[in-house]
Amino acid sequence: MSAASYDKLIFELSSPGRVAYSLPESDVPTSDARSLLPEAYLRAEAPRLPEVSEFDVVRHYSRLSQLNYGVDTHFYPLGSCTMKYNPKINEDMARVAGFARLHPLAPEALSQGALRLMHELAAMLAEIAGMDAVSLQPAAGAQGELAGVLMIRAYHAARGEKRTKVLVPDSAHGTNPASTALAGYEVVEVKSQPNGEVDLDELARHLDTDVAAFMITVPNTLGMFEPRIVEITELCHAKGVQVYMDGANLNAILGITRPGDLGFDVCHFNLHKTFTTPHGGGGPGAGPVGVKAHLEPFLPVPVVTKDGDRYALDWKRPQSIGKLQAFWGNFGMHVRAYTYIRTMGADGLRSVADNAILNANYIMKRLEKAYDVAVPGPCMHECVVSARRQKKLGVTATDIAKRLLDLGFYAPSTYFPLIVEEALMIEPTETEAKETLDAFCDAMIQIARETETSPQVVQDAPVTTPVRRLDQTRAAREPDLRWSPAAK
Amino acid sequence: MASRYIANTPAEQDQMLRVIGAASVEELLVKIPPKARLSRPLALPPALAETDLIRHLKTLADANADADRYACFLGAGSYDHYVPSPINHLVLRGEFFTAYTPYQPEASQGTLRTIYEYQTMIAELTGMDVANASIYDGASSVAEAVLMAHAATERTEVVVSHGVNPLYRRVTATYCEGPRMRLRDAGAPGGTTDLAAATRLCGPKTAALVVQSPNFYGCLEDIASAAEIAHAAGAVLIVVADPVNLGVLEAPGKLGADLVVGEGQGLGVPMSFGGPNLGVFAAKRELVRRMPGRLVGATVDRDGRRGFVLTLQTREQHIRRAKATSNICTNVALCALMATIYLATLGRHGLVKVGELSAAKAHYAARRLTALSGVSLRFQAPFFKEFTLKLPKPPDRVVARLAKERILAGVPLKAFDRALADCLLVAVTEKRTKEEIDAFAQALERAVV
Ligand SMILES: Cc1ncc(COP(=O)(O)O)c(C=O)c1O
Repeated sequence: MSAASYDKLIFELSSPGRVAYSLPESDVPTSDARSLLPEAYLRAEAPRLPEVSEFDVVRHYSRLSQLNYGVDTHFYPLGSCTMKYNPKINEDMARVAGFARLHPLAPEALSQGALRLMHELAAMLAEIAGMDAVSLQPAAGAQGELAGVLMIRAYHAARGEKRTKVLVPDSAHGTNPASTALAGYEVVEVKSQPNGEVDLDELARHLDTDVAAFMITVPNTLGMFEPRIVEITELCHAKGVQVYMDGANLNAILGITRPGDLGFDVCHFNLHKTFTTPHGGGGPGAGPVGVKAHLEPFLPVPVVTKDGDRYALDWKRPQSIGKLQAFWGNFGMHVRAYTYIRTMGADGLRSVADNAILNANYIMKRLEKAYDVAVPGPCMHECVVSARRQKKLGVTATDIAKRLLDLGFYAPSTYFPLIVEEALMIEPTETEAKETLDAFCDAMIQIARETETSPQVVQDAPVTTPVRRLDQTRAAREPDLRWSPAAK
Repeated sequence: MASRYIANTPAEQDQMLRVIGAASVEELLVKIPPKARLSRPLALPPALAETDLIRHLKTLADANADADRYACFLGAGSYDHYVPSPINHLVLRGEFFTAYTPYQPEASQGTLRTIYEYQTMIAELTGMDVANASIYDGASSVAEAVLMAHAATERTEVVVSHGVNPLYRRVTATYCEGPRMRLRDAGAPGGTTDLAAATRLCGPKTAALVVQSPNFYGCLEDIASAAEIAHAAGAVLIVVADPVNLGVLEAPGKLGADLVVGEGQGLGVPMSFGGPNLGVFAAKRELVRRMPGRLVGATVDRDGRRGFVLTLQTREQHIRRAKATSNICTNVALCALMATIYLATLGRHGLVKVGELSAAKAHYAARRLTALSGVSLRFQAPFFKEFTLKLPKPPDRVVARLAKERILAGVPLKAFDRALADCLLVAVTEKRTKEEIDAFAQALERAVV
C-alpha cells in the first residue's frame, strides 16, 4: 500500500485487550482509588478510547504524517506565515530537562535560568524592534494584538481620554480587526490606494479625537514597505493617536529598520515566523509584544525583572492590563527563539532580511510575465501576484494552488490580502536555495502555460495527493466533527 | 561568515541580482526612507557556534529545579504526569511539526486527521458533542467560553466560582475588559462553591456560571447542582476540567455542563515552565456555530473518498474579521497532537489507571502529611489528586527548606489568596512514588517542628 493511500483513524485500529502504555502497579496501601471518592463523582462508563499497541500508535501516526507536506519535506511559500527552516538545535534545547521539565510555579530562586533566558530574550527583541520593553506572555500574534490594543486603551483611559475607534487598513490580516473588536473598539476600515499603500488623505480624514489607534502591517500585506511610514506615524501622533505595528512581516526588516525608530508605539512579534519556532500544524507559536516607555506601566503581569544578578517575576504593577495566559507565556517557544537569535547574532539576522528580500524579488521577477504582479517591485520579503488573467480563462487562484500540490510544492496563501483580486501571496524566506526557487517558478510558469493550453489539468488538480478536492459545502452543511462507530 | 541557515552563496546571490536587474540588495530597499534606516548593527550578544551555544543553554537549564532532579508535588494547572516515549518521536516528524494550519487540505490530511481524532477523544472525555482543534491554554479557554456565553445569551454578567484557578480568573477578567462584562465572584469559603451565593448571584443578566472541578484547592464540586442553578437563570454552565482526570471522574457533560474547557497539559505535554499548554474547548451541538477556533470535519473528495477539512470557517477572523467569534488564528495544534497520541497510547484502560493511581497516591500523601502535628487538610470536601494543606509554619519557608532536599513541596497560596497565607497546595500524580511521598513526610516533619 502506498503511503498516500493510508485511510485509517486510530479508532478503526482498536482491538479490545491491546495496550500501548506502561504504568507501575500501585505502591501505596490503598489501591482501590474508587473507594476513596464518593460514587456520585465517578465516571459511570470508561471513556471509549482506542485499545491499540505501542507499535500500532507509532505506525499509525508515522503514516498520517506522510499525508502532510511540511517545510522539512516541501517548499512551503505560504505568504505572511514565514515558513522558514526550523533548526533542529532549537528542538534539542527546548527539550533539555531544565527547561522542558520545569514547573511554572517552582520557587523563583530555583527558576533563575529560565527567568534569565526570558529576560535576555525580551531585551534582544526590544533591541531588534527599537522598543523600550517587551512582554513575552502572549501566546500568538493575535493575542499580542489583543494585549497591545488593551494597553493603548488603558493608556488613553489613564489620561482621561475616551476614544472609541481603531483604524485598520482594508489590506489587514483578519486578526487585526478581530483583536481590535475584542478589545472593545469600533473598527474602522481605511481604504488603501490601489498599490496597497496607505492613502494619507484618506487616513487624515479619519483621524479625529475619537480614534485611539491606527494599526498597520509593515511591510504591508502586499510585501511592500510603506514609503511614507514616518509621516504616517507623525500624523497619527499629532492627533493623539497611538500607532500599532503588526510585526508578522518583521523578517523583512531585521537590522534594516526598526518599528520603534519608525515611530510605532506598540508592535508584536511572531516568534513562529521570524524567529524559527516551528508552526506545528497550526501552533503553538508565541506573540511577544513590545512597547515604548509610555506604555510600559500597562504591560501584562508579571513582568520579568532583574535586580543585580537576581531575576524575579514582578506582579506589583497597578496599571497592568492583567494577564493573557495562566503562566508566563509559551516558554518552550522562547527557548527556541533565544537559541535562534544567539545562533545568528546581529550580522546573521541582517543577512536573513537581505536574503528573504532577494529571494522574493527573484521570484517576482521570474513570474512577472506569466502573472500580473499586484504592485510593481521591488518588494520586500514576499510578493503578491494576481491570477486575474488566468481567471478569464477559467483558472482561479485556488486551481493554481492545487496544481502546485501536484507539482511538489505547498501553495502560497490565496485570496489574501483581500484587496488583490485572485491573490497568490508568495513568501520564499531566506532559507530556500536558488534551485528551489527556480523549480517553483518553473512550475508556476508551466501552470500559466497549461491555463492557456489545457486548463482542465489545472482545474482537475490535485491528482497526486492522498485525496482530491474535498467537498467543503457538505462538510459545513452536515458537520461531522467526531468519529463514531455507527458512521463506518 | 556564511550562515548554515542560508543556502545561497555570494555567487548565487549575484546571479539572482542580475536576473532582478539590481546591483545589490541595497538597491531593492529604495522604498525605505533613508532617515528611517538603522545606521548601526543591532546591539545583540555575539553569535555562538553550536557547541558553545549548547554549553551556554545547559548552564541556564542547570539553574532550574526540574522534575527530573526534584520530586515535584506542584500543580495548580501544570502537572508532572507520565509522558509516553513515542509522543516526542512522533511530533518531531517534520511532516507534522513544520507544517502549518491545513489551508490546503489535500496536502494536510495528516494534520487534519489527527485533529479529527483529537476532537473525538475530547468530546468523549468531556461528554460533549463537539470539541475544537485547541485554544492557547486553560486560562484563555475559560475566557473564550465566557465570551461565547455572552454572545449566545446577549447577557452581560458572568458568575465565577472562587474555586476557579485565580490565574484563569485573572485572564478572564482581561478578556472581559473589551466587552465590559461584569465578573461576579461566588465565594468558596469551605473549599467548594457556595451554591447559595451562586444562586443569589445568577439572574436575568447572567450569561454563564463558571465552576471548576476539581477546583483550584483540589476539591470536587457538585456540578449537577451548579447546572441546575445556571439553567434556572437561563445561563450557560461552563465547567473547567482537567481531561487527564476524566478517565475516573464523571464527564461534566453528563452532569449538565454546556461548555467544558480546561488545561490539557497533563495529556502528554511537557510542563515547560508553563507553556505552551493546551486549551481544551468542548461544547454542546447547539453552540457549535458560535465556537472559537478551528474545527475539522469529515467529508468526501471528488472521487467519493473520505477526507477531512477545516470547516464552519465563517465563524473565524480570516472571513468574519471584526465580527468573528474570536481573534484566535495560530493555536496549539502540536500540543493537541501530543494529547491525541497520549490518549491513543493510554487508551480506554490506561487513562483510568492514571486517574486511579494519582488519586490513590494523593490520598496516601494526604494521610501521611496530616499525621504530622499541626498539619491538616484545610478543607473537608472530597479531593482527587490535589489538596490544600494548612501548615504550622510559613509555607514559603517550608518550601525553601524542602527544596534543599530536592522536594518541590507545593504551591504556597498566600500570593493567590491572603486568607490562605498558611496554606500549601499539594499535587500528587501517578509518577510520584511511595518512597518520594514518605521522604516528603519526613522532611516536612523536620521543617515544621
Ligand atoms: C499579517 C498577519 N497578522 C497577524 C497574524 C496573526 O498571528 P497569529 O496567527 O500568530 O495569531 C498573521 C498570521 O497568521 C499574519 O500573517
